[in-house]
Amino acid sequence: MSNISIQSVRKVYPGGVEAIPGLSLEIEAGELCVLVGPSGCGKSTLLRMVAGLEELTEGEIHIAGRKVNNLEPAERDISMVFQNYALYPHMSVRQNMSYGLKNRGQKKDEITRRVAEAARILGLTDYLDRKPRQLSGGQRQRVAMGRAIVREPAAFLFDEPLSNLDAKLRVKTRVEIRDLQQRLATTAIYVTHDQQEAMTLADRLVVMNAGHIEQVGTPMEIYARPASLFVAEFIGSPPMNVIPAAAAPDLAGIANADADLRIGVRPEALRLVENGPLKLTVRVIERLGSTSNIHGVLPDGKTELIASIPGDSVPAPGETVAFEVDTMDLHFFDKQGKRVAT
Amino acid sequence: MVENRPLLTFVQHAVLILGAALFVFPIYLAFVASTHDQVTVARGIPLLPGGEFWNNYSQVLGEGISTAGAPPLSLMLFNSMVMALSITLGKIAISLLSAFAIVYFRFPFRILAFWTIFITLMLPVEVRILPTFEVVASLGMLNSYAGLSIPLIASATATFLFRQFFMTVPDELTEAARIDGAGPMRFFKDILLPLSRTNLAALFVILFIYGWNQYLWPLLVTTDESYYTIVMGIQRMANAGEETPQWHLIMSTAILALLPPVAVIIGMQSLFVRGLVEVEK
Ligand SMILES: Nc1ncnc2c1ncn2[C@@H]1O[C@H](COP(=O)(O)OP(=O)(O)OP(=O)(O)O)[C@@H](O)[C@H]1O
Ligand SMILES: [Mg+2]
Repeated sequence: MSNISIQSVRKVYPGGVEAIPGLSLEIEAGELCVLVGPSGCGKSTLLRMVAGLEELTEGEIHIAGRKVNNLEPAERDISMVFQNYALYPHMSVRQNMSYGLKNRGQKKDEITRRVAEAARILGLTDYLDRKPRQLSGGQRQRVAMGRAIVREPAAFLFDEPLSNLDAKLRVKTRVEIRDLQQRLATTAIYVTHDQQEAMTLADRLVVMNAGHIEQVGTPMEIYARPASLFVAEFIGSPPMNVIPAAAAPDLAGIANADADLRIGVRPEALRLVENGPLKLTVRVIERLGSTSNIHGVLPDGKTELIASIPGDSVPAPGETVAFEVDTMDLHFFDKQGKRVAT
Repeated sequence: MVENRPLLTFVQHAVLILGAALFVFPIYLAFVASTHDQVTVARGIPLLPGGEFWNNYSQVLGEGISTAGAPPLSLMLFNSMVMALSITLGKIAISLLSAFAIVYFRFPFRILAFWTIFITLMLPVEVRILPTFEVVASLGMLNSYAGLSIPLIASATATFLFRQFFMTVPDELTEAARIDGAGPMRFFKDILLPLSRTNLAALFVILFIYGWNQYLWPLLVTTDESYYTIVMGIQRMANAGEETPQWHLIMSTAILALLPPVAVIIGMQSLFVRGLVEVEK
């Protein structure tokens, strides 16, 4: 087990794109740390610097207490799973998995043992002699996982490993990845732009935006107390409602609030009532089975709101309905989008 | 396009058969001529093979046509084979390595190196033949296998092809290999070479035929009969000076000269057919 320490790392690509202006992060031994953020925020860049595939412009990276800035990827004791799996097309599954061990000079019978073990864990035993092109997408993904685990590395690095799978398989595979990572107790960094995947997988979640970290915490901490408007809107589905204080003067306790203040309310915190502080004109109903999402606008005519309520009694489009919300479910953000203590 | 219309099928086949016949007929005539004696051929080539097959072929292979100053065919075939194989293997080795360098290594003047190679594409042997001859002559390489093949080895076409192919190999594959601890040469040997298999086979065929069919260059650098190649041999037989050309023997030679390239194509065929079918997803 080992930890990864990223210290004041900065990355400027040749050509002058500053992908990461300066970022520090400590990843504990054995934890699965998920980097999440919108496209282009620098997640892959950060991961690739840990892997040694991109050079650092400034800063230091330590893996298991060893400074790795000048080490080749193969010397860093990591293994990586790529989005498109990057399997060697001309090698069988067995050869794909053993290639890294062979290059490292492992003994033959040790390679055989580890490959057999990984194949057993991943259910690939029957496919060992096939070529990647003879496998389904899900099986290829597992081969990529297998290639990572046979190395028994200090850390796994995943760059959106599930985004080429269909929705159902993605949900199934992410549970498998979580299970595997916990059983092996190997430190892992996992990059995704899917906030739901991030929430379900992470021991610790790192929300990134434009090359810097917005917030670090457990998924529930981040869900319950988003540190900024960006995090509030990014984590959670449907996204948190953001209401300018002026549009909802009746919401508890803010009658004389600063006009720039914005109030965040999660759709699932809203309760449909006879008479409440939030009046909504219903536009669209989205039925999801156990719950329904009600989309509508506030009386100011421009602030849109989504409420998520239990499935049976839903209003019709065009109706005006009222919602209430507990004071402790309100989040306040200032003009800069920072959370305001309440 | 999968269509099932009898008339269309008939027309398609008719066109194909006609086309094939058009190409095969001259070769058939050459074969027929090679199986008759000189007198018969001189009167006009018959349409059916005759009975002189063994005589003609054993004469060209064993003795050559002394009147035309050509050595026995077996020697010329051997010379051609040496030249074609050296050119093919040399070109492939050099172009693979230079394409590898250009695509995978960042060194000063990399782009310049590529364009320099690329520009030589526009200068075929015939254009630079005089200076090349001068160089080869002053290096004392006339009348040698080295003189026959080395000047034709440097060429840009294959480098260009491999460069284009290497650039389509996904970066992730290179990165996965780096993480798997494969250094540059191991990556080249274990990953790039096997992936280039189809390209190698196709190029081997093209370059072998290119080398085999060289005419002008061997004519210039060889004055010693024992280095004559078969293509120039045929030409010398046809220009036999005072004598009437012995067409039946020349045709036997031509048929023999055809065989190695055909053998190469057939041998490599399975490789590139497989390559076309196994397109990687
Ligand atoms: N090789 C490169 N050269 C120049 N700029 C680059 C390079 N790679 C990435 N960038 C830039 O760096 C920024 C971060 O890119 P990165 O690939 O890390 O984003 P990401 O968070 O992984 O996005 P995605 O979710 O779309 O994969 C982007 O603005 C991108 O344009
Ligand atoms: Mg990315």
